[in-house]
Amino acid sequence: MLRFALRRLIVALLVALTVMVLSFMLTRLSGDLAISIAGASATQADVEIIRRAYGLDRPLVVQFLDWIGRAAMGDFGESFFFKARVADLIAERMPITLTLGLTGLAIALIVSIPLGMLAAVRENTWVDRLVQVIAMFGQAMPSFWLGLILMITLGLQLGWLPISGTGSWQHYVMPGIVLAFSAIPALTRLTRSGMIQALGSDYIRTARAKGLSRLSILGKHALRNAAIPVVSIAAVQLGFMLGGSIVIETVFALHGVGFLAWESISKNDFPVVQAVVLVLALIYIALTMAADLLNALLDPRLRSA
Amino acid sequence: MSGAVVMPARRRVAWGKRAGLVIGGVIVGAVLLVAILAPWITPHDPFVQNLDNRLSVPFWMEGAKPGHLLGTDGLGRDYLSRLIYGARISMLIGLLTVVTSGLIGTTLGVLGGFFGGKVDDAVLFAITCRLAIPVVLVALAVVGLLGSSLTLVILVLGLLLWDRFAVVARSTTMQVRNLDYVSAAWAAGLSTPAILLKEILPNIASHLAVVATLEMALAILLEAALSFLGLGVPPPLPSWGLMIAEGKDYMFFSPWVIFIPGVALFILVFGINLLGDGLRDLLGAGDTR
Repeated sequence: MLRFALRRLIVALLVALTVMVLSFMLTRLSGDLAISIAGASATQADVEIIRRAYGLDRPLVVQFLDWIGRAAMGDFGESFFFKARVADLIAERMPITLTLGLTGLAIALIVSIPLGMLAAVRENTWVDRLVQVIAMFGQAMPSFWLGLILMITLGLQLGWLPISGTGSWQHYVMPGIVLAFSAIPALTRLTRSGMIQALGSDYIRTARAKGLSRLSILGKHALRNAAIPVVSIAAVQLGFMLGGSIVIETVFALHGVGFLAWESISKNDFPVVQAVVLVLALIYIALTMAADLLNALLDPRLRSA
Repeated sequence: MSGAVVMPARRRVAWGKRAGLVIGGVIVGAVLLVAILAPWITPHDPFVQNLDNRLSVPFWMEGAKPGHLLGTDGLGRDYLSRLIYGARISMLIGLLTVVTSGLIGTTLGVLGGFFGGKVDDAVLFAITCRLAIPVVLVALAVVGLLGSSLTLVILVLGLLLWDRFAVVARSTTMQVRNLDYVSAAWAAGLSTPAILLKEILPNIASHLAVVATLEMALAILLEAALSFLGLGVPPPLPSWGLMIAEGKDYMFFSPWVIFIPGVALFILVFGINLLGDGLRDLLGAGDTR
């Protein structure tokens, strides 16, 4: 187990390093950053001053090592637009994004585990087909559009929920539902296939032979085994959700990290953009590693991989 | 994804699935036809504004004007014509993205699956890195830095959405590699490229076709989201996502403005997914999700 954990950690570190290089290169795509920071009306002299002030006149490798060295200490530099430390900006807004992500994940699990179990128990019947069609509905739904439709219906016409902002827990319900939609199809399918596999296995037959109740077989034996892949995919989905929350935060004006990224992109505020890309990628890397380790802990067969 | 199995025997296809295949095929075929024929079937020019005729309502509402079946937008442009041209953009983005990402992903996946060892390690590492990158955020950042254009959106999505192609191509190649006919090809003295192109590729093609539908649906949704956020296809092009963004200002008073392009988007993506699901069963392509 220790060897597996160590190997997994090394891979995670290598991936993190690659992503660092990529997110650094990303902001250098436009060619000359100093020109885009200075704006259209700047003179050649202004551009020169900015280039020197932000250290953009140094070789790329030096800039990268400087950035990576500071980032490792939690210093992502200063935002041009907000005139504040990037690390503070992200720390300030991360709770909103995390709340949204966890709300979305909770709603997704509450919906998809029962749906998947139902489909598995009634495999190849109309119930099963219906569940799969529902999953496909979720997959085809444009999230930003669903958000707007919910704002019109639940928000304006019925007046049940606030339309935008972050004042209370009610503000997270609609964005949470929308975010959940993106994870429900995958989680439902996975619960279904996991349960079908579990229900067909020897130990379930044994449990049946022992005369255990149907509920106890489903809940205690089958679900526990089907849960292993679901847990790991749930962690991965949370990572995707945090990355994808940029769209939903913008729709609902939730001032989280995604909204920050969107603002910074439109303002050419590159230190913020590259820091957000890096932070979200690191969270994803950490989540997937945690999921892999948890899986290996629960199922020793996976450790050889 | 680990459950992908090469199934030589055709499974019995339930009628429900076949219905899905037919419905999906009809939807995708219809949208494709509309996209191709757009210049000949649009009642109006999708770009011509008429500020005297703004937000004219669609046919099912009271006060609808003849000649504008789906009404007009906030600048008085005919909504049906814009919707039809929007189909063009969605289809173009979907197909070209899939071609780009399919080429990248399939190449990587087949090489990794076929050669194994160090090559496979490198491919797996590339897939892991790609998955760690937040797609929407990076696509937005690239378009934000370089300026929005149709070509750039296609390129960015194509360079980002190859992961599932690589995963599926890799696992299916591994299964096919050791089968008898590949050994026979070795014995017959075929070169490695010939084996990859003539023996491996045709035998994993059905799996890749299923992935292609999934990725096409995803690309279309992503383009709409990018355009909605103002960093995708530039105006005045009638992308469905952009139409929703433009309609946002009027949505509380005229909800149909965002309703129409959203439904179009949903139906197309749903159709592509149905088609993919049906294909998977028909070709016995196993579980590629």
